[in-house]
Formats: sequence, structure tokens, C-alpha cells
Amino acid sequence: MNFTTKTALLLATLALAACNNPRPGMFGGGGADGFGGYDQGISSQALGDPNDPTSIAHFNQRIGDRVHFTTDSSSISEEGRQTLNAQARWLTANPHFPIIIEGHADERGTREYNVALGERRANAVMQYLVSQGISRDRMRTVSYGKERPVEACAAQRCWDLNRRAVTVISGGRTS
Amino acid sequence: MTRLSLLAPLMVLFLGLVAPPDAAQAQPLRLQITEGVIEPMPFAMPDFVAENNAGQQYNEALGRVVANNLANTGLFREVPRSAHIARVSSFDAGVSYADWRAINVQALITGAVSVSGNRMEVKFRLFDVVSGQQMGQGLQFGGSTSNWRRMAHKVSDAVYSRITGEDGYFDSRVVFISESGPRENRAKRLAIMDQDGENVEYLTDGRSLVIAPRVSPDGERAVYTTYETGSPRIGLMTLATGQRQLVGEIPGAMTFSPRFAPDGQSLVFSAARGGNTDLYRLDMRSGQMSQLTSSPSIATAPSFSPDGRQIVFESDRSGTSQLYVMPASGGEARRISFGQGRYSTPVWSPRGDLIAFTKSHAGRFHIGVMRTDGSEERLLTASFLDEGPTWSPNGRVVMFTREAAGGDPALYSVDITGRNLRRLPTPGPASDPAWGPLRP
Repeated sequence: MNFTTKTALLLATLALAACNNPRPGMFGGGGADGFGGYDQGISSQALGDPNDPTSIAHFNQRIGDRVHFTTDSSSISEEGRQTLNAQARWLTANPHFPIIIEGHADERGTREYNVALGERRANAVMQYLVSQGISRDRMRTVSYGKERPVEACAAQRCWDLNRRAVTVISGGRTS
Repeated sequence: MTRLSLLAPLMVLFLGLVAPPDAAQAQPLRLQITEGVIEPMPFAMPDFVAENNAGQQYNEALGRVVANNLANTGLFREVPRSAHIARVSSFDAGVSYADWRAINVQALITGAVSVSGNRMEVKFRLFDVVSGQQMGQGLQFGGSTSNWRRMAHKVSDAVYSRITGEDGYFDSRVVFISESGPRENRAKRLAIMDQDGENVEYLTDGRSLVIAPRVSPDGERAVYTTYETGSPRIGLMTLATGQRQLVGEIPGAMTFSPRFAPDGQSLVFSAARGGNTDLYRLDMRSGQMSQLTSSPSIATAPSFSPDGRQIVFESDRSGTSQLYVMPASGGEARRISFGQGRYSTPVWSPRGDLIAFTKSHAGRFHIGVMRTDGSEERLLTASFLDEGPTWSPNGRVVMFTREAAGGDPALYSVDITGRNLRRLPTPGPASDPAWGPLRP
């Protein structure tokens, strides 16, 4: 690890810590959405430099941490499969991170149905990653239903963004 | 100190007063609540008579709560106090019927209040102005001054009940979700208020996401879905103390959408794992759990029939969300919704005759009702997003969440004829109402 990477890591760690501070105990997890993890504690994880292929920032930004779905569907599109294939390669190369897969729905359904739908989407991604050789034991799924939109604009553009499953590289290495 | 003030039981006394017992049986003044358009019944609610100095703090406010309750039903119309000719200066004085007839009043409510320390006595009488006689006996309520609104609600329920022949719903509370913060990271708190939006109290602090509460049949507990562990779980709260616990945990599953059985002793809820959501039942006394559905699809949003023998729920086993009825112990489910669009969140009415639901079709959302066999579907509302109906204790009104495009959610109510759509006053954005029972 060179000096630049170390500096970037340090800065990222500080930034994340500062970011978490105002809402202690709320969310752990280092993914782009940062909703994964348990309320009880804060874990912090450096995102790193996206140019560093082993960094979480690389996973989130270059590989893509999410796949999208059509209305009421949990089928993974061809584009989604390519993203998940790349995720699987990264996860295989970086075997120490546990993963939380968040399932989300758009706002155009009822609240509890959307929790169930989000679980179905998260599970579809998990099953796909398992088929690509990722251990089931590394993964946990959570559904947020329609509670955590990426963007709320009451238009198709946002609903398309919000029907998603996000692979969150969880805070703390397993080993 | 408890989280919610425990209410001293309200004492109810019959006043053996002027009206002969026969008058109560005669009841010529009767409002039949029917499907057709009705002309609201004009009533007068003069200020309550303050029977001592301390009573003057409440005598006008009590009357206003009663008048607002009645007018908010859409079944009654207040003749404003400024139009009154007669003055009610003594609770026991005779009624000048001619003065009330002259301004077209049909029902007259008179009341009196006296306060001693923290204790208050509230009395009322109801008069049929048209036939010139009292309806039923006078009633007296006694309790703590902190419960003054409840006493006004009790008066309202008695008046409503005497005129319509049906139970009222004014002395009841609504548990709901109070929302704040940006849409992308909403804070949601469990909250409770009176049915008219007053006396809001917050039951959780908003650090954990909570959604979709339900009130127990006795009104003393709430169940809801909470993310306090980071994943959907079922929370059970005792409202008077704020004490909470997680119930119905299933290893490896997300659990949500809990509902009380009519006996209050068991819950039905959804558990999701492996991409599949099924319904389970938990006996809270024994801790015993049983699985009610096993279909490779989503089964959620259950609701018991009032006799506890059947459960209506939504499932997408046919490809889209539709409504199904099955025995409360599980078993074969019968589809009851066959219209166009998706059907969701069915709720069995407390009378047992109707099921309220959310329907989405062609980009619009509706609250509707149908008979329990799925016939006679009627849509009561239409908007960008209406969802999650909950019944008033008397089965006459449904409350639900409405969200305008790009706007904040708010609580609305509509009666089951589709008339009288109203927005409830809440301190901020609000969603997921759950109407509790009429209080004892």
C-alpha cells in the first residue's frame, strides 16, 4: 500500500467517522447508501480510492454496487447480470468482507407488500452471487421496502432508480 | 411516571330527571345513515353552563369539541351560536322549543360543567326540538380535568348513538407514524393521538425506522414493524408504559406486517426468507408458532374477521396482488378480488360486513370497500397515492394515508358512502393510521 492510498484511506476514515457522528447508533455499513448493518454499534470502513481495485470505493463506483428491476419484478436483467458478475469477481478477490444485500422498492406500491418485494429482490441478487461462487455465509439480506428511496421525485425517473438491490460491503472484515 | 397518562376511570351516572321513561322509547328524532345523499341534521350546541367559577375555564371548550365531532361526521350541521335566540343559563330550566324551531334546529344539546380542584363533572341532555321532548335521560360524566376532552367525546358518542341508533367513535385514539426529515432518510416515530388529532404523544424516539402499527382490540398495546435490529422485526408495545419487546422472531427471516387476533392473545404476521413471504400465527401466551400459508409467492397484510374465524390477506400468487380469504388456522384460500388492477392491504370491518382495501389501477390509487365475498366493490377515493385503510370502531368511517405527488403524507378519513373526505390535523407529515377501539 503506497503513501497516497494510506492518506486517502485515513481521510476517508475520518470523513466517514464525522459523517456517522451526528446520528450515533443509526447505521453501520460502508456502502453507497450506508443503510445496512445493525443499530447497536457504529462500524467504520474506509472507502479508499476508486482507482485502487481493492477499495470499497472501486466496488461502489467502478463496478457498481446495485442492480435495478422493473415494476413488481425481481428478475435480474442482462445488464444486472454483468454488474453482479463483476461484483462476484471483486468479492472473490476480496474474500474478507461480509456483505449486506439491501432490497428496495419504488413508492408505487403499498408499504408492507414492498417490504416483501424488497426481500425477494435482495434474495434474487444473493442467489445469483451464490451461483457465481460467493459463500452464502458471507451474505445477509435486508429489505427496506419503499422506506429508503435514492431520490424522491414522484416521477418515473426516480421510481426506476428506486427499484434496486444494493450490495453493501459491510463494515469490519470477517478475518 | 408512565409514558402516557393513565386515565382515571370515567364515572357515568344516570340523572333521573324531567323526562319520563317513555320519552326515551319514543325517539321520534332518528337519522338513518343510508347510502343516499343525506341532508345533515341541524343541531344547536350552546356553551355548557358553568355551574361554578372554575367551570368557566371549560364550559365553552366542551361545547366546541362536541360540535366539531358531530359536524365532522358530515351527518350533522351546527346552527351557529350567533343565530341562537334562546339562552341556556340553567341546566335544569325548561327548553324554549319555539325559539329553537324558529331557527330550524332539530336537535338541541345542553350541557353543564362544574370543577372542583382537579375533578370535573360534566352533564348533558339531548332534546328533539321537532317533537318537543327530551331524547333519553340526562347523563353525567365525572373525572379528572386532564380528561376534559374525553368527557366531551363521551357526550358526542352518546348524542351520535341516540340519534343514529349506532355506536359512536369519538372517544377513541389512533396510533400512527409521525414522519420527519428528508424523504431519502426519513425518521419515523410511533405516535398516538385522539381521533380528532388532539393530544399527540410520541411513543418511540425515531432512531429506528418503524412502520405500519396496529392497535390491540382492548386498545392497550400496539404491534408494528421495527428496524431496531437493522432488519424488519415485530415490536410489541404496552401503550401506557412504553415498554416494548420483539416478538415472533424466526431465525433467518424478516418478520413484519403483524396484526392482533380479535382475542388479543395471538398475532398473525408475515415472514420473508428465500424470496418467499408467508403468513405465520403466534400464540403470545404459549409462544407457539404455526405457519398458515406455504405458497411460492408473497402473502402479507393479513386481517382477521371480527369473529376470529377467517383471515383476509393479499397475495401475488396469481401474478399480481389480489385479496384472498382463508380459515384462521390456515388452509385453502379463496380469491375474492377480481376487478382490474392490484389489490392490497385488506382490512375487515368491525361489523364484519365489509372489507376495505387499497387498489391501484392505471397509475391511480384508491381506497375501496367490498363485501366479504368480493361483491359490490365500491371505490371511495382516488389520488396519486392513497393506501392503508383502518376502520373507525363503529365501521362507518375509514382513515388512510394520502400522499400527493411530491408532497408529504397526511392522514385522511372518508365515510363508507364515499362522502365527507377530510384531512386530519397532525403536527407534521403522518402515515399508517391504526384506529383503536372505543374506550370504556
